[in-house]
Amino acid sequence: MELKDKLVSSYVAFENRVETDSEVHEIRSRALQNFEALGFPTKKLEAWKYTSLNAVLKQDYSLFPNKENNIQLADVKKYFIHDIDAYKLVFIDGKYSSFLSETTHDTFDVCLMSSALVKPKYKAVIENYFDKIATKDNLTSLNTAFASEGAYIHIPKNVEVEKPIQIINFTTGSEAATLLQPRNLIVVEQNAHVQIIERNQSLTSNPVLTNSVTEVFAAKDATVDIYKIQNDAENASLVDNSYIEQKSKSIVSVHTFSFGGNITRNNLNFFQRGEHIDSILKGITIIEGKQHVDHHTLVHHIAPNCESHQDYKGIFDERATGVFNGKVIVEKEAQKTNAYQKNNNVLVSDKATINAKPQLEIFADDVKCSHGCTIGQLDEEALFYMQQRGIPKKEGKALLMYAFANTVLESVKIPEVKQRITQLIAKKLGVDIGFDL
Amino acid sequence: MLKIENLHASIEDKSILKGLSLEVKAGEVHAIMGPNGAGKSTLANIIAGKEEYEVTAGNIELDGEDIGELAPEERAHNGVFLSFQYPVEIPGVSVTNFIKTAINETRKAKGLEDMPAKDMLKMIREKSELLEIDRKFLSRSLNEGFSGGEKKRNEIFQMAMLAPKLAILDETDSGLDIDALRIVANGVNKLKSKDNAVIVITHYQRLLDYIVPDFVHVLHDGKIVKSGDASLALELEAKGYDWIKQELV
Repeated sequence: MELKDKLVSSYVAFENRVETDSEVHEIRSRALQNFEALGFPTKKLEAWKYTSLNAVLKQDYSLFPNKENNIQLADVKKYFIHDIDAYKLVFIDGKYSSFLSETTHDTFDVCLMSSALVKPKYKAVIENYFDKIATKDNLTSLNTAFASEGAYIHIPKNVEVEKPIQIINFTTGSEAATLLQPRNLIVVEQNAHVQIIERNQSLTSNPVLTNSVTEVFAAKDATVDIYKIQNDAENASLVDNSYIEQKSKSIVSVHTFSFGGNITRNNLNFFQRGEHIDSILKGITIIEGKQHVDHHTLVHHIAPNCESHQDYKGIFDERATGVFNGKVIVEKEAQKTNAYQKNNNVLVSDKATINAKPQLEIFADDVKCSHGCTIGQLDEEALFYMQQRGIPKKEGKALLMYAFANTVLESVKIPEVKQRITQLIAKKLGVDIGFDL
Repeated sequence: MLKIENLHASIEDKSILKGLSLEVKAGEVHAIMGPNGAGKSTLANIIAGKEEYEVTAGNIELDGEDIGELAPEERAHNGVFLSFQYPVEIPGVSVTNFIKTAINETRKAKGLEDMPAKDMLKMIREKSELLEIDRKFLSRSLNEGFSGGEKKRNEIFQMAMLAPKLAILDETDSGLDIDALRIVANGVNKLKSKDNAVIVITHYQRLLDYIVPDFVHVLHDGKIVKSGDASLALELEAKGYDWIKQELV
């Protein structure tokens, strides 16, 4: 059976399993209808022109793994940023692992979507925020239809969360192929501050497809920093659909580090509803083999006096392929917008490909919008210069690539995350560089 | 130390060096002068091992060993240093980190451990003082946004750190004002010893007022056409290169 039919026909059973009288029942049903009508995206859609899910969708996915799988902390510790104290929301094959997690309800909530969807105390928040900014496109609708588990984070007014929150989804490979659909909701009230680190990690060579949806609401003066670490197994694919709504004077940054996986698609959407907002979107992609990373970003400038900063760097070796589609919409009302977009790529091999497309739609007349996109090779003159100083070619290349990606790391606020990313880059480039940049 | 015999070299089938011979002994300073396009920078790049050039005949020996087949970094490890005419900008790598990497890679090639951080800092401090380099300068990205003078001073700073056997200064005086010229020359003079050698490539005489050469060679059309002592440089300055060209006819 085709995956789409399999999903649609499993819906009734799913609804019976989760509570059907939940607030979101209506939302789910409509989402299923949406998905049924739209189906999976194909390359005929402009937004999916360069990314094909065909091969990934042919797998016979187990939709709702039933087994409780346990993993030892020692085996997976390396996937955490373990040298800092953090709240943790850990899911194994889509099921919450209380053993590996550390939640809280003290002054704020770091807990489970599965309880937030059914418990009365969360009802108001769910009603106000759940599925309010996620678009009704095919994959987001699919996620909404089956939304049942994920992270629920609610930070009340004026609370500064001192420890970062790590959200990790592990897959164990207990099923021949696993489909995961985590659903996260992050509500950050006025003047609150939170840092989040996300990771999806397959522990197996069996195919995994993760179709995640995250909604983030940043109220007035809120600060939210999100770090997405995408360094997954060869057979793991990810579609990350993130939607961020910002109110006045809020600052939200999303850093995406894409170092591995089969197909990785990031749909990162910012909606600015208020003035003096800052939205920061940054990414480093370093891939090789036949890996594919696609960044689709959208910044929707709706109100005046706001800023957005995009800086995406990509390094592609062997037959790796990349896509960058950066869309900026500046509405008529959004005067004095300052929108900045930069996308620089290095093709290390002549078989590697990048499809880059800046897309600016500007309806206001008093704005500053800049974009720059480059595709190049490593600078041979710089390599010779370094060799002349005794740095061998391989190390020189690594140093150049390191330096190239460096601007993106500068804005990482958690030193341990920065250090980890630096290590991952050094490992990716196959060198031991004796310093941090 | 350096022995070049009958060197012929070309780039993209264009012949640039046409039978150049040069011998430089330890403790000596040689100046190579000549008009634009004579092949001065090509010679410097070939000694350093730049791959774009094809050596079609002749050989280059360093301390009796043929270095013609060595990679640029191997030549550097053997003590060859080239101060670039146009030092490359490397955004994202600080001067300090770059020189640390260069020194430790050189040590690694010789089977040595990394230099202890304390020793490294001490050396950086000493050598930067020698070249009147400001602390803040060291944490800037390598050559990025540097003035002409800063770039050249930084080259000589690196030379001081790496303590090469053979230093080739390719048009180090170009783009320098008189103060920077004095600082750079002073740095080079302080680094000179009986065990190392310097080749100064220059278009003009003025650097040679500060770094006094033992020998001056005139390079023209890919060959050394005239050699002499420091007075030859003054004669060239007074008469221009046309004098040499006419003499050849």
